[in-house]
Amino acid sequence: MNGVHDMGGMHGLGRVEYEPNEPVFHAAWEGRVLAMNLATSAWRKWNLDTFRHQIEQIAASDYLRMSYYEKWFTALTERLVLSGLATRAEVEGGKPALGSAKATPPLTADQVSNILRSGALASRDVAIDPRFQPGQRVRTRNMHPTGHTRLPRYARDKHGTVDRDHGVYVFPDTAASSGDEKPQHVYSIRFAAPELWGEQASPRDAVYIDLWDDYLEPA
Amino acid sequence: MSAVSHGHDHDHDHQAVPSDLTLRVKALESLLTEKGLVDSKALDALVDKYEHKVGPRNGAQVVARAWSDPAYKQRLLEDATAAIAELGYGGAQGEHMVVVENTPRIHNLIVCTLCSCYPWSVLGLPPVWYKSAPYRSRAVMDPRGVLREFGMELPEETEIRVWDSTAELRYLVLPERPDGSETLDENELAALVTRDAMIGVAKVARP
Repeated sequence: MNGVHDMGGMHGLGRVEYEPNEPVFHAAWEGRVLAMNLATSAWRKWNLDTFRHQIEQIAASDYLRMSYYEKWFTALTERLVLSGLATRAEVEGGKPALGSAKATPPLTADQVSNILRSGALASRDVAIDPRFQPGQRVRTRNMHPTGHTRLPRYARDKHGTVDRDHGVYVFPDTAASSGDEKPQHVYSIRFAAPELWGEQASPRDAVYIDLWDDYLEPA
Repeated sequence: MSAVSHGHDHDHDHQAVPSDLTLRVKALESLLTEKGLVDSKALDALVDKYEHKVGPRNGAQVVARAWSDPAYKQRLLEDATAAIAELGYGGAQGEHMVVVENTPRIHNLIVCTLCSCYPWSVLGLPPVWYKSAPYRSRAVMDPRGVLREFGMELPEETEIRVWDSTAELRYLVLPERPDGSETLDENELAALVTRDAMIGVAKVARP
């Protein structure tokens, strides 16, 4: 979706504000939000792409105003309701519905280190021929889907060169909507800065973007 | 009340104060715990992990090893995930790693314009500025201007490579080893390496 989250190349958002000696969390609730997100994902009711798309659906004015973990909190609340893990009345009231059964958490404290250590692979071990080779010229598609995509607006309908083939990965556009993984190659594509930003950009500079097969056409 | 009062109570516009959010997060945690959806001890363990154990010191060890051991550096640039795992780091948000090397001619900068992708396993959780609209919007279009705000002026002839983390690959910059560090051992070298240098918004200072 052409949302405000897709910020590459926007003006007017201000200077970078740097905080020296920044703490990991600025308040205890931030850590709890991070942890609740990681712990509820163990129910496997949604995937990373669904969650990212949930954040993207926060209204643009709220998205720009909210802090990072407030956005996570908002998206988590929505996912809990949409997935059926909790009802709207429960998340608004903070109390379980009368007579609801108590579940057993899928993630316990003693499993945390192992879960984080193993992570979750987004690559898929399936034999699929790459459509493009390193060194090949490609053009990105001019697409504007209303759903989730990881092809940024600033890089649509642009020419680039395949720098390397990262292998086969889950395709976020379909994984976010239907759960269909549609595995395909992801390539690092090198775009000369002037191709993206015009003559104001240095011809020496480049932006490398990781893009899926479905985003690309031969140039 | 503000100067633009319209003659009715505006208090409902001003409820998103931090204390309110604190209460809402507490309420959600108690709901999830009561429903058996999360274990509060697991939440404690997750917070502890990212507050105290996983952070940029991991990445600094990787950089120091690469500076000290040319064969390791080569493995790191060829297959970063495997080379980083040799030092015991990996997993969540570091499953698929790529390391890009700064040289006198090339400077690398990492960003995620679409959200906040960041190599947690070697750098920990991202700082606020990395996730902020100003950095995400401008790093790809005006990297020299952004670096200037970090106090870094690069010569015209330097090639800047900006890596937009749009997929599940996570990037780490291998900074240039500073002059004057020739006699330092690996731990002393690691102590020089900052988070910012591994994102590409700073150089590693001379010891």
